[in-house]
Amino acid sequence: MSEQLQAIADQVIAQAAPGEHVEAFVSRGIETDIRVYQGEVEHFVSAQSEGIGIRVIRDGRTGFAYAGTLDPSAIAAVLADARENVQFGTPDEWAGLADPDGVDVVAQQLWNDDLAAYATEAKIQLAKDLERLTLGKDSRVRVDDSNYADAAVENAVASTSGVRRSGRENGCYVSVGTLADDGDETQTGFGFSVGRSPDEFELDKAAREAADRATRLLGATKPASQRITVVLDPYVTASFLGVISSTLNGEAVAKGRSLFRDRIGDTVANPIVTLVDDPTNPLAYTATDLDGEGLAARRNVLIDDGVLHGFVHNSYSARRAGTSSTGNAVRGGYAGTPGVGCLALQLRPGTRDQAAIVSGIDHGVLIQAVQGLHSGVNPVSGDFSVGASGLLITNGEVGAPIREFTIASTLQRMLLDIVEIGGDIDWLPMRAAGVSLVIRDITLSGA
Amino acid sequence: MIDSDVLERVLASAVRTGADFAEVYAEDKRSTSAALDDGKVEQVTSGRDRGAGIRVVKGDTTGFAHTADLSEAGLRAAAEAAAAAASQGDGITRTISLTRSDPRIVSPVRRHPDDVHTADKVAVLQRLDEAARSASGSIVQVTAGYGDSRKRILVANTDGVFVTDEQVRTLLRINAVANADTGMQTGYDSAGHTGGFELVDVIDVEGLARNAARIALTKLDARPAPSGALPVVIQRGSGGVLFHEACGHGLEADLVAKGGSVYRGKQGELVASPLVTLVDDGTMTGEWGAIGYDDEGHPSQYNVLIQDGVLTDYMWDFLRARKEGRPQSGNGRRQGYQYLPMVRMTNTYVLNGADDPDDIVRATDYGVYVAKLGGGSVNTASGDFVFGMTEAYLIENGQITEPLREGNLIGNGPQVLHDIDMLGNDFAMGNPGTCGKDGQGVPVGDGQPTLRVKSLTIGGTAA
Repeated sequence: MSEQLQAIADQVIAQAAPGEHVEAFVSRGIETDIRVYQGEVEHFVSAQSEGIGIRVIRDGRTGFAYAGTLDPSAIAAVLADARENVQFGTPDEWAGLADPDGVDVVAQQLWNDDLAAYATEAKIQLAKDLERLTLGKDSRVRVDDSNYADAAVENAVASTSGVRRSGRENGCYVSVGTLADDGDETQTGFGFSVGRSPDEFELDKAAREAADRATRLLGATKPASQRITVVLDPYVTASFLGVISSTLNGEAVAKGRSLFRDRIGDTVANPIVTLVDDPTNPLAYTATDLDGEGLAARRNVLIDDGVLHGFVHNSYSARRAGTSSTGNAVRGGYAGTPGVGCLALQLRPGTRDQAAIVSGIDHGVLIQAVQGLHSGVNPVSGDFSVGASGLLITNGEVGAPIREFTIASTLQRMLLDIVEIGGDIDWLPMRAAGVSLVIRDITLSGA
Repeated sequence: MIDSDVLERVLASAVRTGADFAEVYAEDKRSTSAALDDGKVEQVTSGRDRGAGIRVVKGDTTGFAHTADLSEAGLRAAAEAAAAAASQGDGITRTISLTRSDPRIVSPVRRHPDDVHTADKVAVLQRLDEAARSASGSIVQVTAGYGDSRKRILVANTDGVFVTDEQVRTLLRINAVANADTGMQTGYDSAGHTGGFELVDVIDVEGLARNAARIALTKLDARPAPSGALPVVIQRGSGGVLFHEACGHGLEADLVAKGGSVYRGKQGELVASPLVTLVDDGTMTGEWGAIGYDDEGHPSQYNVLIQDGVLTDYMWDFLRARKEGRPQSGNGRRQGYQYLPMVRMTNTYVLNGADDPDDIVRATDYGVYVAKLGGGSVNTASGDFVFGMTEAYLIENGQITEPLREGNLIGNGPQVLHDIDMLGNDFAMGNPGTCGKDGQGVPVGDGQPTLRVKSLTIGGTAA
């Protein structure tokens, strides 16, 4: 199958005129999405998609076009559109495609034949089982929806600069959304489990987490405003690392939009902080062998013992910065051109689990969920303010639930104010691994 | 796009296994976007998306499949996949007879993007860039974007509905970065409408850019926002997102039906200050959420959700309305043919009150004046919501004084609606928005007059 896509990409770049640089990215995917409600299938979605994106560069000008089909006449139209669009780009001395850099690919196990062969009835049953297990955890819990989903995608890229790569990947997950009621009050929760095959699912754990998340906030009150030490749950830490990563993006740095530009070699975090982006670690959910430009994915150290060590780049941002691509081109699919981003972030873990960490805190908050990361965090200025909910920590014990408050600081301060990193690393289905993280001197705004 | 006799045969094959309902939604979408960053037009992108989604409903189960192949064979294959997903049943023959409805022109297009040369679209970006940079030497970076989309949709179903609609949208956006000893700050503004390239004639292009620059420059001198509960005055046209999050989502019938909304069972009850009348209006000419027909083939409507503080109705899509045996409300929308429709807002806004906006500020001793809100999000079950303030000022002794740094505000929807204690007479619609729900984004508008909430928690860092 991938050979067929590679052939399509090859045929496109073979049409490049002299002086024209062409890249074709071809993709095809199949998805199943099953939602169960009260023991019955609420919806069953069977989706197939395919498409092509073509980038043309000539005299430093870039044009791009895409179509959601692999119909030969549409591909010809896309190439014509991309060529037409070239004339409107501003000449850019750094514009160009990625050149093969000789870095070896670290092979990853991204495809599982068992999943591809898994029976439809068994998929439906998984969603039904998860709903039933969740309802059994606590009588106050209702299930909003219980889902099974899988996806298989294959893609191929070819360019006139000599990149020629293809691959395929599949994966699946189950998830459940919960509601818990107590009088007039309703709180929500969720649980999930991911795998390369349904055999890897931990349904009971997902059900337990979904029930716990919804019930533990029942009766939560609004806390008084104060400065306080927070412990971020692994899931929250992973989201926080996602925000930090946008300040370490080589493109943002080159364009003067990162608060860490000109800071290489400076201490930007507590010396206990070492942050790496390592998509070659097979434990990472987003482990991959190739980046969005077809270069080998690789391990990059971003912060080393608190010192800013480097940024991540694709080929364009690297040329601007006078360095080489770090294999961090990210591509959302055929409809976009490669941007820059971290692929699989990981903080170097500490040694203690969350319970041990909490036992050493006299007064703090265990933050279990944040809201508004997209609206209250500015990675250019560093302002950080998010809605939150969690549990009070008093004399080393986790206690009453609290909600409807915000936590605020700046990204710059938060990195320096990290006082402990947990040993409880959790390979979440996100671009960052989770781990408990303790940050002091956060402003909590409440009543 | 597809002939009615083909649609009739495809729908008949979709319900052959005994389904109650089947629907074909087809779309043909072209888009153009251009991005300017760092003084350069980075690239112009052309997009083509064309395909059909077929939905088959049997009992409470929906089967759905989609295809990029709009031939009869391609549509039939998708119909059979959707039917198989919905049910396993016996052969039934139903004859489908479609009645085509007339197109509804809610938002006329004066300069169709297809008829405008790409060079003219790109030239607008240069104007934005120059205007923002000329505002001050402290503006160190500018990103500008232009986008248009031309979407033709077709909906046909086994109830005989057969409609087509054309949705043309045009958008400009600009982000400026200002730099000083105090650090970097950003300013953002956007303008968009359901309509064509005449947008650039209707709005002040340079003014949009200067406004983004002004916001970034103003914040260079900003002090940390307060921390804690204070009165908040929200400038007209900037706070519709408050209602979108605080109650709009909670009034979507799919969430209500599953008991996932704080507004369940509250019809006829006082859920907001009597000052508040809230409307969702898909017919509002030219607004970002305006549509002729919704994505299930029903005409867009003007729906009163809250009248003088009393909850009058929820928003409905086909499935939820059918289950309740009531009319839908023109709120069945989807991101594209690859997605199932669900209940979505269109243009959601609060009608004018009676207060002079200046009096609202004057009546506030100490509080926060929000001139521009960023995005937000809500937990519809608990009602807790947040939204970001991207341009805000302190109010001291009835006067707007110092600029504040960015932060989130947090509140509880039902509480905040009751806490609106002043409502201006200066209604305006706000910036074009994209509402996300269950992984799908759709264009929405919002608006409101200047108003005051007597207490909201401000997530700043100042004591």
